[in-house]
Amino acid sequence: MRQPKIIVVGGGLAGLMATIRVAEAGVPVDLFSIVPVKRSHSVCAQGGINAAKNQKGEGDSTAKHFDDTIYGGDFLANQPLVKRMCEAAPGIIDLLDRMGVMFNRTPEGLLDYRRFGGTLYHRTAFAGATTGQQLLYALDEQVRRHESEGKVKKYEGAIFLSAVIDESGVCRGICAMDLRSMEVTTHAADAVIFATGGIGAIFGRSTNSVVCTGSAQSALFQQGVDYANGEFIQVHPTAIPGEDKLRLMSESARGEGGRVWVPKNPAEQRAPRTIPEGERFYFLEEWYPKYGNLVPRDIATRAIHRIVYQERLGLQGKAAVYLDVTHIPRETLDRKLEGILEIYEKFLGVDPRVEPMQVFPAMHYTMGGIWVNGQDQATSVPGIYAAGECEYQYHGANRLGANSLVSCIFGGGLAGTAAVKYAANLQTGTEAVSSAVCEIEKKRQEEKNQALISNQGSENPITIWRELGEIMTEHVTVTRINRNLELADSKIRDLQTRYHKINLSDRTKWSNQTLNFARELENMLILARVVTLGALQRNESRGAHYKPDFPERDDANWLKTTRAKFSDGEIVLTYEPVDISQIPPRPRRYDAAK
Amino acid sequence: MPNKSDKHAKKEVLVKVKRQSSPKAFPHWEEFRLQWRPYMNVIICLRDIGENPVTSDGRATTPVSYDSNCLEEVCGSCAMLINGKARMACSALVDQLEQPIRIEPLTKFPVVRDLSVDRQFMFESLKRVKAWIPIDGTYDLGEGPRVAPEIQEKGYPLSRCITCGNCLEVCPQVNEHNPFMGAAIFSQVRLFNMHPTGKMHAKERLAAAMGNGGIEDCANAQNCVVACPKGIPLTESLAEINREAWKQSLFGWLAG
Repeated sequence: MRQPKIIVVGGGLAGLMATIRVAEAGVPVDLFSIVPVKRSHSVCAQGGINAAKNQKGEGDSTAKHFDDTIYGGDFLANQPLVKRMCEAAPGIIDLLDRMGVMFNRTPEGLLDYRRFGGTLYHRTAFAGATTGQQLLYALDEQVRRHESEGKVKKYEGAIFLSAVIDESGVCRGICAMDLRSMEVTTHAADAVIFATGGIGAIFGRSTNSVVCTGSAQSALFQQGVDYANGEFIQVHPTAIPGEDKLRLMSESARGEGGRVWVPKNPAEQRAPRTIPEGERFYFLEEWYPKYGNLVPRDIATRAIHRIVYQERLGLQGKAAVYLDVTHIPRETLDRKLEGILEIYEKFLGVDPRVEPMQVFPAMHYTMGGIWVNGQDQATSVPGIYAAGECEYQYHGANRLGANSLVSCIFGGGLAGTAAVKYAANLQTGTEAVSSAVCEIEKKRQEEKNQALISNQGSENPITIWRELGEIMTEHVTVTRINRNLELADSKIRDLQTRYHKINLSDRTKWSNQTLNFARELENMLILARVVTLGALQRNESRGAHYKPDFPERDDANWLKTTRAKFSDGEIVLTYEPVDISQIPPRPRRYDAAK
Repeated sequence: MPNKSDKHAKKEVLVKVKRQSSPKAFPHWEEFRLQWRPYMNVIICLRDIGENPVTSDGRATTPVSYDSNCLEEVCGSCAMLINGKARMACSALVDQLEQPIRIEPLTKFPVVRDLSVDRQFMFESLKRVKAWIPIDGTYDLGEGPRVAPEIQEKGYPLSRCITCGNCLEVCPQVNEHNPFMGAAIFSQVRLFNMHPTGKMHAKERLAAAMGNGGIEDCANAQNCVVACPKGIPLTESLAEINREAWKQSLFGWLAG
């Protein structure tokens, strides 16, 4: 019998879970990652992972988790798979627990749960405030075990360039580049699972890691893999501004009782601790009495923007508000939030246990991503699967905190199983594919490298990237106005023109990070347009997508998935209905219980 | 007039970077003058050089190669020597560093290019000591074992190791002539051996920890615990593994 072979691209939570599933099925798997997988962006997830285990006797259930997720996502997610994910979540927690994740415990030795945004239940399991790191390590360890048994082969320090797609439109492998030798190689596989994460870099600065450029998704899009709901970008309400990165201050700070406030007097000069209670404006608690500081992220972010830009109540006139945990006992803070408080202390030199933190919203997550079907994470191209943040399936128009880790693991597992099944059922495997298919793709990619290396223009890739980030952050994040979106698109097209005049300051052929970045930049520019055009077209407000000129959700016209296609070099937006078979849409309000 | 010179120093940042174009190339130093900004860290310095790779004497050069990813000290990528000290570049704030800031690659790992090094040795060591819980499979087998909060509170700090390599860098026992695996690895052995399921396979891990490059090579310099950016009690881990290893070899011998 033919032995199938599977490739996984991306070594974060979703990629590692997919890898484990494939290895468990006895199918050899090659795992490609830009960084050693233990350094993937999943380590940045802080607050926790959701599962309705109802371990606090509150009457929580997977049905409630499902409803919170759909409602939080403003009814844009296709419902059946979200339901399955919420039902699978308690089992996922059990699995992680068995893998040895050092979750916080109750005195009885059970897992502890905390509250998170968009729910009224204690549903979030956590390991201090570095839950993503702990989960990633657990999966990394399992993969290392499979690797030591010869079931997994890792290609760390290799970047995905393009899929190898044969004449009949079926994916037969990938083309990758070694980031040291800069050698371009092709790798045959019966199925490829993409778990390439977020796209923060197209916004310049975000809470994302350096590798989260969306380059892989964009490369696939240009090869005919559809991209869905690109316009839905989550801006996290609480991050520490920084020039190199906007560092996340987890929602768990509020889950453990942290409060967001500004002084009522915009001219306030006193130190925050000395300002009496009566002179503080806890605007989230006042505006949203039921959920208070734990409203979903899109709501909290818009509230902070309103405070700063309309009410003019930002701290000392700056774009910042207080996130205050100083009233929480130090022992609790150290046991439950140490990881994030340490970040604040190290990068700003201020102890947040004593002094309220100054935070502001930051681009954080893409709800949109590679289009996948409603059954098994398959994309629009046979043989290509996608899981984790790089696909669009689970979070609708706004993701609830602590749902991303569960969607990564659920989607990754599903993709792994589905890819094995697909590969086993293939009539003809990669052995039947002519070597010319691989050769053509390899040549195409080598020529791109050569063109960039020998280009003699005047443009610096980092400068173009920074301008892209400024355009996207200004016009395509929290508040969207059509004429600004049109302007943004035309500016991105200008950047694309300038890109052709790029001049690399490094033309060497060993570990050339500049060349690699230039390649990613080209893909980022295209993906930025997908996001921008999606936002321009969608004339309504839903979840994270907010247009003051169209302030209401418009189910009659826009209860639709945006599905972007790439056709003859053009981005074409199409729309398809959302599967609302389980929960009928209803108005989404957080100022009252739903 | 210290105030005036302070002010002057803040307008500019003087950075010296040890460059090496490939693993076998001869290293050399380059100096850069950068514009100071508030909250600047070493990563921002390296990015500034990348955008305008011109040395302080006006010579065009290439951008500096370096490893980085999360920029919040949780991925372990950007370890390097900064003013001679092994630390993470992202959390190295310019205002807290003496200038010129000297930036070099770690010395205990092969240089790939400039500041980028190959730390595969550490990942291989994790394989050797079987740093994992050997679960039966990912199918549904119910809940994991109960864990006392006390064990979690001991284990969690150990599980925050980011495999940055700083503890190996500062350890006199880690060198070309010695295969010592370094403190981080033994701390992982301790972590897995304290977990209720991991415990069932403690002997295997201890045996690996006593093998080539094992715990016996620790000379108790205690530099590791000082260099760890995550404050992991590495010397405690080393002492415990040492104790357990002795016990195992003794009882192993008694049992024939």
